[in-house]
Amino acid sequence: MTDATVPPAVARPGLFEGDARTRKRNAAERRFRLYGMIAVGAGLFFLVTLLFAIVSNGIGAFQQTSFTLRVEMREDVLDKPGNRNIEDIKAVKTFAYKPLLRAAILREIEGNGIDTPLSGAKIVGFSSDLDKLLSDGAAAKLRNQVLANPELIGRTVEVTVLASSRVDGYLKGRVTRESIARDKNLDAEHLDLVDVLRGAGVVGKGINTAFITGTDASDARPEQAGMGVSILGSFFMMLVVLLLALPIGVAASIYLEEFAPQNRFTDLIEVNISNLAAVPSIVFGILGLAVFIQFMHLPQSAPLVGGLVLTLMTLPTIIISTRASLKSVPPSIRDAALGVGASKMQAVFHHVLPLAMPGILTGTIIGLAQALGETAPLLLIGMVGYIASNYPDGVGAGFLDPNSAMPAQIYEWAKRADPAFYERAWGGIIVLLVFLAAMNILAIILRRRFERRW
Amino acid sequence: MYDTPKLESETVTDEVKISARGCQVHYGDNHAIKDVDIDIQDKTVTSFIGPSGCGKSTFLRCLNRMNDTIDICRVQGNITLDGQDIYDPRVDPVQLRARVGMVFQKPNPFPKSIYDNVAYGPKIHGMARNKADLDGIVEKSLRRAAIWDEVKDRLGAPGTGLSGGQQQRLCIARAVATEPEVLLMDEPCSALDPIATAQVEELIDELRQDYSVVIVTHSMQQAARVSQKTAFFHLGNLVEYGDTGQIFTNPADTRTESYITGRIG
Amino acid sequence: MPAIWLTLAVLALATAGYVLGRARALTSAGGDSRKLHSLPSYYGIHVFLFTAAPALALLALWILVQPLIIERAVSTHLPERVFSGNADRGLVMSDVRRVANGLDLAVSQGAMTTEYARTVRTELTDVRERLGEVGVAVGSDIGPEVLRAAQNYRSLAARGDLLRSLTIAVLALGGLLVSIIRTTRDFRARNVVEQAILGLLLLSATIAILTTIGIVFSLIFNTVEFFGLYPAWDFFLGLTWSPSFGGGSELGIFPLLWGTFYISLIALAVSVPIGLFAAVYLSEYASPHVRSVAKPLIEVLAGIPTIVYGLFALLTVGPLLMRVFGDGGVGIMQAGTAVMTAGLVMGIMLIPFVSSLSDDIINAVPQAMRDGSLGLGATRSETVRQVVLPAALPGIVGAILLAASRAIGETMIVVMGAGAAARLSMNPFDAMTTVTAKIVSQLTGDADFASPEALVAFALGMTLFVITLGLNVLALYIVRRYREQYE
Repeated sequence: MTDATVPPAVARPGLFEGDARTRKRNAAERRFRLYGMIAVGAGLFFLVTLLFAIVSNGIGAFQQTSFTLRVEMREDVLDKPGNRNIEDIKAVKTFAYKPLLRAAILREIEGNGIDTPLSGAKIVGFSSDLDKLLSDGAAAKLRNQVLANPELIGRTVEVTVLASSRVDGYLKGRVTRESIARDKNLDAEHLDLVDVLRGAGVVGKGINTAFITGTDASDARPEQAGMGVSILGSFFMMLVVLLLALPIGVAASIYLEEFAPQNRFTDLIEVNISNLAAVPSIVFGILGLAVFIQFMHLPQSAPLVGGLVLTLMTLPTIIISTRASLKSVPPSIRDAALGVGASKMQAVFHHVLPLAMPGILTGTIIGLAQALGETAPLLLIGMVGYIASNYPDGVGAGFLDPNSAMPAQIYEWAKRADPAFYERAWGGIIVLLVFLAAMNILAIILRRRFERRW
Repeated sequence: MYDTPKLESETVTDEVKISARGCQVHYGDNHAIKDVDIDIQDKTVTSFIGPSGCGKSTFLRCLNRMNDTIDICRVQGNITLDGQDIYDPRVDPVQLRARVGMVFQKPNPFPKSIYDNVAYGPKIHGMARNKADLDGIVEKSLRRAAIWDEVKDRLGAPGTGLSGGQQQRLCIARAVATEPEVLLMDEPCSALDPIATAQVEELIDELRQDYSVVIVTHSMQQAARVSQKTAFFHLGNLVEYGDTGQIFTNPADTRTESYITGRIG
Repeated sequence: MPAIWLTLAVLALATAGYVLGRARALTSAGGDSRKLHSLPSYYGIHVFLFTAAPALALLALWILVQPLIIERAVSTHLPERVFSGNADRGLVMSDVRRVANGLDLAVSQGAMTTEYARTVRTELTDVRERLGEVGVAVGSDIGPEVLRAAQNYRSLAARGDLLRSLTIAVLALGGLLVSIIRTTRDFRARNVVEQAILGLLLLSATIAILTTIGIVFSLIFNTVEFFGLYPAWDFFLGLTWSPSFGGGSELGIFPLLWGTFYISLIALAVSVPIGLFAAVYLSEYASPHVRSVAKPLIEVLAGIPTIVYGLFALLTVGPLLMRVFGDGGVGIMQAGTAVMTAGLVMGIMLIPFVSSLSDDIINAVPQAMRDGSLGLGATRSETVRQVVLPAALPGIVGAILLAASRAIGETMIVVMGAGAAARLSMNPFDAMTTVTAKIVSQLTGDADFASPEALVAFALGMTLFVITLGLNVLALYIVRRYREQYE
């Protein structure tokens, strides 16, 4: 059957002495392995670098520099008639409060015996060199305090007001003496003064809760900018996504997995879903702009519209994961239900769906997390560029009034000219990532807790 | 057809090729092989028989250190090839496997052409100096595997396109192309139909001329037909090892007797 | 009646129907639920569905269609002379809508009476100022025609709303009546309800198709309109991109495609080797312990939103590259935003995408292949390079195509990291721009939607959609074929 001859005896070394070729092959093997380790290392390195950049740049946003000043609320300025009539007090504009703050700073300079060219600064007038130390919003804050409690007038009150973003940056190391050389917003003598006042406990850094709860501020007041309103905007959007995407996604999955006949229409739906999952998110933005805003005239910048767009974007993700969890419920469960005379619909809703629920919820949470971080479609429906400076009043307004969203707010800050906003943007990313991490951890816990092995 | 008497043994040499002493294998917590001692002879077909899960395949995979590829598997004891310990730290498993070839349960040709399947081993081991050499090795190996006539006109066709029996003979050709000294076969016929099985069995008998062949089989008839020596494994123990004729006609151990008469298995 | 109240009213009616239907069924069976064909609650749900579903479906349809009809009616009554100059119909209509909304608001805040809002004339009052008082800003002066059109719009809308409320009420009551009458003890309520639910499930499933249709239509209509204003030939073959909102724009897509292609190429050059080697290492070499730690960590990169990568490109990677390749260093980089910046960061983003897809695909290669190769004395790397990777090649090509489609469609990283200049250059340290970045900039500017400068964004979107769709379909086809091979 075979005419092969006995193979010629190959000269083989013993097992213990490797030949040159094997050594070469093993070197190649080690190199290859090394490449793999380098690749994994590179991936991890990028992750660490990214996280380091985020934390080191953004942690500053959670602290804010403020002045603690003893302000004399002079009656002759704030309430000339002297009868504490709220209308009269309201008539005094923010502008009038500025000299009070300036005087308070000068008093600190004198009280601490500081030698500074600024001690000759004007108290009255449109602007003063001392103003550069404080936030533009400081006078407004003082006014609000007085309006809330007119009894303060005539007394000397200790108030805490925000420092200007340059002073804040100086305390955080972002602003240096070199960097302010060409900066008209702050001079070296200001920094000298801040150094001394800091020693005297007048200026200091504190925890900045306003960054998380506060509203966005205009270009000139980065020290006041917070993301509270945009967090609400994101919250209302996620509510829309959850309320629409979960029921629709589950219903669509049940149909496709349990009831759909094998025909071309079903195929069409399936192909559609898998393709929609890979359509660039910006295209969903175009869809939202054309259909929801141009065609249906829904309000621009509204969380409702953002939510609708994100729903359409998230649906494929939710459908795909829901179908996977429905598929993992073994057919024997369906057979058992059908065997006791349940209808197919009852078998699905009473038995299959509850068993698949943990998986469905896990998929939904992951889809929501994806939607929460999405920015590109929001650009097109006007959620970027809107200054989120007011809290929505009420639930209806929460859905329909123009608002921003967390990622849109971050983008907005990143676009602004003042580098002080960059710190806010990084800080915003920390907040966003904390939300995302929380959602993902919740999903993992759900999966661990309810994971079922059939 | 399964009751055909075993092929008569012609040249049983007494030269020991592989020898194991006190071999233990653990799979995680599972003690899969317990203290096995065995001497496998050159130019002989040795068959390992035993019920499923008795450890015969596991032991086979120890002989060319294929178990190294499984993370949780630990091998203890002493196994030598021509007197050299194959688990010695100086031994490169790559070199060892070139000398102890293996054919698997399911035919597993690479998704490449027939030619490339056979040429793969010689290429990685640098056995051919030029294309003509390689062509010679491929042809010789295909002839030894008794498949040359069926594929010589389509060496460029994918190996996965062959029938099951042809695929398994291709895998044998692939294994002999590296000119091993020992050929391990892990249930090589279990995925084949009777005709293909007969062809492969005939081939095994031919291969005995040049190699020490170790075959794991579920079929006692097959063991009786192709092997000169038989080892019976049960629950990780080597129960009995001896001439095939003696094992099947006059087993020493009651467990062996129960198995070959069909009471355990 | 506002839609929200109408909806609540219908739902209330339907809930009442549930109680009625259930009670009627029980009564017809003499109070013994065992004599009913279905469980009592099915009779209730049956009535509920028949009352609410058609009414609410019609309501949704009405909300969509009514503005279109009214708009057409109002628009055709506008005299030609309001379109004098270059104000186009869409712009005038948006004024009309804004004035109408303003009047609504003024009435609801009590700044105007209903009667006054209906009859006010611009000849007599400064309507713009009155509207400004309630917080509605109208850009230009309100002409008498626009005001009249707005009043016309309001009266039509009021009439439409009344008609809507009536129709919906009739439909809901009719549904309630019919379903109640049908309810007897032998009525197969469960079957009917299940059919209806099946219909709802099917409807949900078709949303995927509706979304695709929505995308295609919103792109096609506006693209066709764009090509009416700007020749398609110049768009596809033009080598210059210089939109100017004053007119005389050159809108050639080629520089944008080049930027997109260049950035994607760099991104793939970063992500494919790293992702692929990482996948090979994790699936073929790493111990289970290392794998269980490293794999999820790398996948964290995939969960990070693109805005984060955008900021990373803009504020970290850009300045870093600038220090090396900028004026102080090599001197071939003008600004931090450049093709290289965006490409590198996008590459980092795509690493987990490539690695987890490749990991799946490599794991799909049967273990028997590896055993066969290792059994012949091949090393692991020889097995990977000569057996596993060739066997997995189609799947990996599919994965790379999917990654390419991701890169082409990525927006935030290029908006923030690549610059804004459309440029045909070979220098990867030049700023360039992409299709997605220009979609954003053309649609977020102050251009009016009817100008070619804004409409071009839809043509860009269409191009993007077609390219990514083609890549996805091809990739999914290849991957599916590959999986079937090993199943």
